[in-house]
Amino acid sequence: MSALFTSPLRIFWLALLACGMLAPLFLPTYYVSVATQILIFAVLAMSVDVLAGFAGRTPLCHGAIFGTSTYVVLYCAAHAGLPLPLAMLLGVLAATVLAAVFGLLAVRTSGVYFLLLTLALGLIVWGVCLRWTQVTGGENGLRGQLRAQVGLSSRELYAAVLFVVAIVTFAMWRFVRSPFGLTLRGVKDGESRMSSLGYNVPLHLIIAFTASGYFAGIAGALYAVFNDFVSPSTVQLSQSVSGLLMAIVGGIGTLFGAFVGAFLIIALEQAVSMFTERWLMVLGLTFIGIMIFAPEGVLGKARLIMAARKLQK
Amino acid sequence: MLAFQIMNGLTFAALLFVVASGFTLIFGLLRIVNLAHGALYLFGGYIGFTISKLTGSFLIGGIGAMLCVAIMGLLLDQGLLRFVRGFELRQVMLTLGVAFVLNDLALVMWGGDTFTVATPEWLQGAVVIGSLFYPKFRIFVLVVGILVFISLWLLINKTRLGALIRAGVDDLEMVEACGIDIRRVFLVTFMLGSALAGLGGMLGGTFLALYPSADAEILVFSLAVVIIGGRGSLVGAAIGSLLIGLLNTFGQVWFPQLAYFVIFGPMAVLLAFRPLGLFGKAA
Repeated sequence: MSALFTSPLRIFWLALLACGMLAPLFLPTYYVSVATQILIFAVLAMSVDVLAGFAGRTPLCHGAIFGTSTYVVLYCAAHAGLPLPLAMLLGVLAATVLAAVFGLLAVRTSGVYFLLLTLALGLIVWGVCLRWTQVTGGENGLRGQLRAQVGLSSRELYAAVLFVVAIVTFAMWRFVRSPFGLTLRGVKDGESRMSSLGYNVPLHLIIAFTASGYFAGIAGALYAVFNDFVSPSTVQLSQSVSGLLMAIVGGIGTLFGAFVGAFLIIALEQAVSMFTERWLMVLGLTFIGIMIFAPEGVLGKARLIMAARKLQK
Repeated sequence: MLAFQIMNGLTFAALLFVVASGFTLIFGLLRIVNLAHGALYLFGGYIGFTISKLTGSFLIGGIGAMLCVAIMGLLLDQGLLRFVRGFELRQVMLTLGVAFVLNDLALVMWGGDTFTVATPEWLQGAVVIGSLFYPKFRIFVLVVGILVFISLWLLINKTRLGALIRAGVDDLEMVEACGIDIRRVFLVTFMLGSALAGLGGMLGGTFLALYPSADAEILVFSLAVVIIGGRGSLVGAAIGSLLIGLLNTFGQVWFPQLAYFVIFGPMAVLLAFRPLGLFGKAA
């Protein structure tokens, strides 16, 4: 913790952040729900960043892991009649197990192969959700009244989500800063070096993958309560892509940048959907634009531009 | 009944091979995983559908689809991918963005309805093989698949262009050092691969159907084929297509709702032993 509070400036920023996080509580309901969504997706983006930024493996299946948790929570709570906390627990568990299986399969590959494989695995989840109509409801999806069951207003829900997200964020921060997280960074920077030093690289990657799936599962469980509805579009590729895009926009390897990324992408989505239904096209164009002009993310790009300006002076 | 299912599996495998061979060619030589390949397939189908409806000719529709999609490939390579050359992950993600844009564009242009390309008269009806009645068009797809395999095999193994492609797959810098303009070979390969996606779309649009999420479905299958077969391997793509085509068909018969899950099995087993696929070589 000490690293976080070293300078007065840091404390100022943290205070400002806390105010910013609490501000939506005093805004109209629409903004409250957008803010809740931003928090949930920031967790998804951070879970992607744990793998992409710290273990050097860019995954394209986190939307599917996230959505699996959402499906399980809604199915258990609304169709199997389990109490919500148990349903959420099961959802997170399902996501973690799924991530462990994916991890087992994927860790031997790296780079583009890893991306391809995780993409295919995620698409298989989508295909199953689409076709296994008895359980998943097919195209119609699953609907529940989870929020009504627990009796939370949208402001209370935001506060609850904020609380959970704060804890999860802290956990992820500890995770990537832990000796284990440092080993992961070592794997990212020099895999063969780490394995010749005696580290069990595949095991580290499987654990990292499972942990990142666990975090994505928490986001998915929160999303189930927030949205009260899940359909194949929750597990489809565009979900994984948005999660990755948020992580990239915020800056891969920054962890907290995910909040900025989630804010920018969801704000863009909300703004675009006021004018047109072509959100997917805008998402695609944004992705292309980011890949060509700012692969280091918006913050990273801004930092580079500032640095260049300073040099000129 | 069994023979019927086997034929279904084989014809689906032929379609998969047409699509996946283009995918693996581009992946093998250019090191570009073109995730817009599924979208190109969908466009091929839609364009073929429109042209053949306007002209009343299946053949013109098919040629038109291949040409248009090849040009789309050209634009994709020259217009966008040139900005991110040399960055593997950025290339892949860029094509992913393109896939979204194209998918949405198709939705704007053709709407969300399901289309099927009209089967030409000379391919309607069934053929009798022994005691089996089998649709002529599916046999035609099988024949096209085999023809594509043979011509690609000849192209790669017997022509100068093929030699350049093989050399490029193995050692790109060396080919360039020999004074070959590899960029042109790249471009031709990219257009050829795209044209194959277009042809696949036309065939798939006739005996399956065209709808907004068909691109993602064919993409999963193509990915599975390439993951099994290995990067850039034609024989690998053929074996992968056969495996996935048959498994998917029998999966649909045995567990109709979990057919997707069935292709997961061989992929998982294979990856445990050969992470780069059956015929894959380390880059």
